[in-house]
Amino acid sequence: MERSIFVTGAAGEGIQTIGDVVARCFLVHGYPVFSTQEFESRIRGGNSSVRLRVSEEARNAPCTTADLLLALNPVAREHYADALHSDGLLISSDTPTDGGNHVEVPFVSLATEHGGQEIYANAVAAGALCAAVGLPFSVLEAVLASAFAARGEETVRANVAAARAGFDCAGSALGGRAPAETPKRDASYAYASAHEAIPLAAAAAGCRFISAYPMSPSTGIITAFTRDADLGVFAEQAEDEIAAINMALGASAAGARAMTATSGGGFALMAEGISLAGMIETPIVILLAQRPGPATGLPTRTAQEDLLFAIRAGHGEFPRAVLAPSDPQEAIELTVRAFDLADRYQTPVILLTDQYLADSRFSLERLMLPAKIPAAHLADPTDFTDYARYAPTESGISPRLAFGQGDHVVCLDSDEHTPEGHITEDLRVTRPAAVAKRLEKERHLRSEIRPPSSERIDDAERMLIGWGSTKGAIAEAVDRLRSEGRKVGALHFAELWPLPSLDPPKGAQLWTVEGNATGQFAQLLRSQLGWSIEGTIGRSDGLPIDAQFILERMS
Amino acid sequence: MTTIDNYRTNVENQWCPGCPNFGIQTALKRTLAELGLAPHEVCLVSGIGQAAKLPHYVRANVFNGLHGRAIPAAIGVHVANPALKTIVTSGDGDLYGEGGNHLLHAFRRNPDITVVVHDNRIYALTKGQGSPTTPRGEKTRLQFDGVEIDPAQMLATAIVHGCTFVARGFAGDIEGLAEILQRGIAHRGLALIDVIQPCITWGRQPIAWYRERIVPIPEDHDPTDRDRAIGLALDAVDSFPIGVLYEIPSGPTFAASYRDRVGNRPLHELERLDRPTIEEKLDRFIVRT
Repeated sequence: MERSIFVTGAAGEGIQTIGDVVARCFLVHGYPVFSTQEFESRIRGGNSSVRLRVSEEARNAPCTTADLLLALNPVAREHYADALHSDGLLISSDTPTDGGNHVEVPFVSLATEHGGQEIYANAVAAGALCAAVGLPFSVLEAVLASAFAARGEETVRANVAAARAGFDCAGSALGGRAPAETPKRDASYAYASAHEAIPLAAAAAGCRFISAYPMSPSTGIITAFTRDADLGVFAEQAEDEIAAINMALGASAAGARAMTATSGGGFALMAEGISLAGMIETPIVILLAQRPGPATGLPTRTAQEDLLFAIRAGHGEFPRAVLAPSDPQEAIELTVRAFDLADRYQTPVILLTDQYLADSRFSLERLMLPAKIPAAHLADPTDFTDYARYAPTESGISPRLAFGQGDHVVCLDSDEHTPEGHITEDLRVTRPAAVAKRLEKERHLRSEIRPPSSERIDDAERMLIGWGSTKGAIAEAVDRLRSEGRKVGALHFAELWPLPSLDPPKGAQLWTVEGNATGQFAQLLRSQLGWSIEGTIGRSDGLPIDAQFILERMS
Repeated sequence: MTTIDNYRTNVENQWCPGCPNFGIQTALKRTLAELGLAPHEVCLVSGIGQAAKLPHYVRANVFNGLHGRAIPAAIGVHVANPALKTIVTSGDGDLYGEGGNHLLHAFRRNPDITVVVHDNRIYALTKGQGSPTTPRGEKTRLQFDGVEIDPAQMLATAIVHGCTFVARGFAGDIEGLAEILQRGIAHRGLALIDVIQPCITWGRQPIAWYRERIVPIPEDHDPTDRDRAIGLALDAVDSFPIGVLYEIPSGPTFAASYRDRVGNRPLHELERLDRPTIEEKLDRFIVRT
């Protein structure tokens, strides 16, 4: 069993609620759901969709065609009509002129009649969807009761009544076309987006401070900390991204594990702060949730356009790590790792996500913390009689004290500085030693960057190389190509910088699959590793890469 | 006992000989000693410019960050460790120009920090361009026909934005400045102290010109009188009223509600959230009815 359901309408019409309720119905019935959202940068109107992919085994990758399309208004019905399979079912409140497999459900009038108010049109729609996919009404009733419990009995009652009306209306309209009841499965899943998981992982890693400026698609990160005060993380909405990163660095210098979160434009403003973190050797984790640029670009869409920017942002030469998770579980692991690497190497670490990872919910068995969460790496003030913040060491990593630890003074300077942290222009000894120290840290950092994961590479004649959020789509493309007998494998990178030296896979033609137009990762693989990359399957229209997209580009 | 000698560093000073910055440095050291603060209990935060080098010349914790960004860094330090006396010392170009937006919002946030502005009314380190406080009409090494815009009125702006301690000092009056610094550092909430620091290299007027125009704030001035304080702040054209212009008890300082929840220890000393608490939150993503 695999179903793809598109819930479509205008911003403000409640498609997210409908999508969420129906997803939860499948989940409590034992079916994993993967959902993506695409919407316009506006508060009301336009066209937006929530897309559910339901299967028996989790398929955490986007689908582009629907076998069930629910349109809340005629504009959405026309806008998304092409996405519906030729034998798919349309549910809408009006009848399309071309007929087809269609069920008419008057969402608003049923809502008024049975719920008492128009706002229950969403419940009517959810009821109709459940009837059309063969979910028993009792499942929907239970999900509505738990979703609206906090708003009181009357709200629950009205929602259930409206949903029942939608369920019955669609059921009788379907008649003989109604599907058999979907059997209950004995399975349960964690249903979350990467951005929902990351704040919890950050708190587990000891993060105590976040300052950020709201910018789609990163805003959910700081909001998670203000919503859940139990996490104990101080969260401040800064006046701009420059303030955000400098506040976080001040907090980090005083000992707090600190982070910030932004998207491309805000990250551009942070560039000087990233360079500062490199110079004063102060840990910071920066979450960069990518969206299409340049400039304001497409604020609510997805892209992988900022890879080279993340690797290069900031003037001067200093080490950094760039990590790119592909799903909520990997996001947890890499968030913990980001704090650990930032702390151990005393340098910025960038977590590279995107709108797709921010807004898509994956079904996973459960979300787990890594087996071991490393402790913080502040030095013990009693180890020193005279403390120098940048004391030379073999690894380039100096024992770090925070301001106020013991009775030492700790001096950090954005100017080139002596081991004691004081401004200097000694070009003969101090400057060369300071440059070597910073770059020595990069050498050590590189040695612990993890290699890519691989899939079906042994006999592969063609290899798809991806990074970050595209992993699920590439894996699905490989499966489908293999089932056609084509010898295709995949390599997927989660740790992107500093790239360790790595031999290219032998005997296969290499292609990168990336959410950008210029093949940024291909450029890196060529320039850093000397790999011969045949070309790039790139997507830059603002939509996530999906398996079908890859297959079409490969044929 | 802490004395002024505790604050000595052996860092080579890069200021022009005779610069009034030395007066600010002496007044600050004297103040810290009189307050009985040990160097490790103090964090000096600065941006870029000649004034911003002061933290290297006074033994204490130092965050000498980016041009214009001393305020956000100081806010971060203060949130992470409120036991530290966090003091920003930087120039007018740094704090009023490049970092003006941060200062504006710092007044609203009201962190318990002290902001000392070395106000020399010129960009000195970059060799004599107009600063946010250069008087209109003054010729500079960039504005050859004279500055064509009005100077920023940051003291009045501070009062209007709810800053609860606003003062003006004179670098040529170490004793008077030390008194103001002492009051400002002891004040709970953000204290803004603008220190007139004539530039002896690029400034149009010698120190003596300023000295003639320095006047104490009238003895009968009530520092809780907001309107009069704004008047005194705006008054610094032909003469410069020196002293505490405005001081009222501060409401809650920045991060107070967070500190009510977690206590006042430095953030790195707080226990991490235990694993089961996070695991329980992660398990809430499992969908069941």
